[in-house]
Amino acid sequence: MANPLKCDLCSKPATVHLTQIVNNKVHKVDLCEACAQAKGVTDPSGFSLADLLLKASLNPEPEVPAGMRCEKCGFTQADFKKHGRFGCPSCYEAFRGMVEPMLENMHNGTAHAGKIPVRALERKSLYDRLTKLELDLTEAIKSERYEDAARTRDEINQVKQAFSQPPAR
Amino acid sequence: MTISSLIDTPSELTDSASNKTAIVLMTRVRLARNLSGQSFPGWAKPLQREQILATCRAAVAATPQMKKSLNVGIGDLSELERQILVERHLISRELSGAKGGAGVVISRDQAFSVMVNEEDHLRLQVLRAGFNLKKAWQAINDLDSSLEESLDFAFSPTLGYLTACPTNLGTGMRASAMMHLPALVISSQMEKIVRAVNQLGMVVRGLFGEGSDASGSIFQISNQTTLGESEADIIKRLSSVLQSIVEHELNARGKLLEADAGKLLDKIGRAYGILQNSHLLSSSEAMNLLSLIRLGVDLGAFPADSRCIIDRLFIEAQPGHLQHAQKGEFEPGQRDVLRAARLRDEFANFTRPDFAFGHRADAGQN
Ligand SMILES: [Zn+2]
Ligand SMILES: [Zn+2]
Repeated sequence: MANPLKCDLCSKPATVHLTQIVNNKVHKVDLCEACAQAKGVTDPSGFSLADLLLKASLNPEPEVPAGMRCEKCGFTQADFKKHGRFGCPSCYEAFRGMVEPMLENMHNGTAHAGKIPVRALERKSLYDRLTKLELDLTEAIKSERYEDAARTRDEINQVKQAFSQPPAR
Repeated sequence: MTISSLIDTPSELTDSASNKTAIVLMTRVRLARNLSGQSFPGWAKPLQREQILATCRAAVAATPQMKKSLNVGIGDLSELERQILVERHLISRELSGAKGGAGVVISRDQAFSVMVNEEDHLRLQVLRAGFNLKKAWQAINDLDSSLEESLDFAFSPTLGYLTACPTNLGTGMRASAMMHLPALVISSQMEKIVRAVNQLGMVVRGLFGEGSDASGSIFQISNQTTLGESEADIIKRLSSVLQSIVEHELNARGKLLEADAGKLLDKIGRAYGILQNSHLLSSSEAMNLLSLIRLGVDLGAFPADSRCIIDRLFIEAQPGHLQHAQKGEFEPGQRDVLRAARLRDEFANFTRPDFAFGHRADAGQN
């Protein structure tokens, strides 16, 4: 593979390549400019590669990379491994890559084929529509398009009415 | 409704009228639901849990099914009251052990119960005596739809209802039946049955949910998977599995009678004698004796209308119910004395066994 080597610590492209023999074992380290600076690697006498590698392996998740944390509730993949439960409904979106392969072994299919909360979904689409119309209204008033504004206001009233109506059964 | 009046009212389960498929004691359907945009109970902060609890309890209590229901926080119940609810299958052990921020709403007839902030925000369940999966699903589906009027459930078009644990995704539905399978146990066929049922995507458990302690030869069979099939399909699949287990149990009974009727009659007769005369009975021994009497009812040794007495005793011989009846808390050793006394009392006037059915089987063999 002609892929450029990645930094062992942060996976940016590596520009510093070091080899050291410790206890008859060859240790190779590839680091980016920044990590090499930070670890004092530029002064070869002042550090031990083995030490550096050990620290890196003892601390495998020093910071949670983006996408490994649910933005909504702060739950991490490590939390899931610990509890076997998720933090909130949005976690399923955040950890999609981990969930999908899991479902294949767990269930009789990977796509929902059952009941749909029709009423709640209706409510949500009305709510989304209302939010958008209210935005349109503000825009129209701001740019002095009064005819548009009047029409939007009518639509808003219609949607609000639909909200308060009993569900169609 | 108050907890004490609920406890003194026989439940849907203990009041089962005689039914044809007596092998299925009761059916239960449970749905897991969560509020959209809120952390699941295990991850929510205490204040958020309290808010979710208040929202859900109010919404559940407002449904037509929950008119005049019992609506309580777990912390408002004594340990004994919680235990009684667990023994009646109205709350889970997990909920009964909750520290706070959890609650339950139970319908007057105890057919419906909704746990709040167990593993999911809402766990809706319906209990029906006998083999009634379809009706149970319809009932819980209606309750769920009523709740949908006021609550926004976490739902994804591809993954269905979103639950704290991915094993409940999709329908969020766990349908189960409690089955009395003494002949399969006596003839050591349960292991084989459990394996076959697992292969079909269903789970077998002992009476009280978790673990596999099979006291009283009562087993709970439920669907393993919740995603990828409709509720109706899952129920259809489960029903056919249950039907085939019923047939296996009936076959096993026939074979036991054929091979050695005397041995089976002896077990039933001894159970009757012990229940009438013993002075110390552990919970599991009592369950196993009652199980034999129930088998006797099914075989015709006792009148059919005594089956519901046994079904009631299955529950009333549990520690919580026993202590409640005696108005006090007792050590396990004392409970065994109470249990024996209670059962002696019940069986003092219980019709004597009529073993004619067995002798017919014997005669047929000779
Ligand atoms: Zn680096
Ligand atoms: Zn989350």
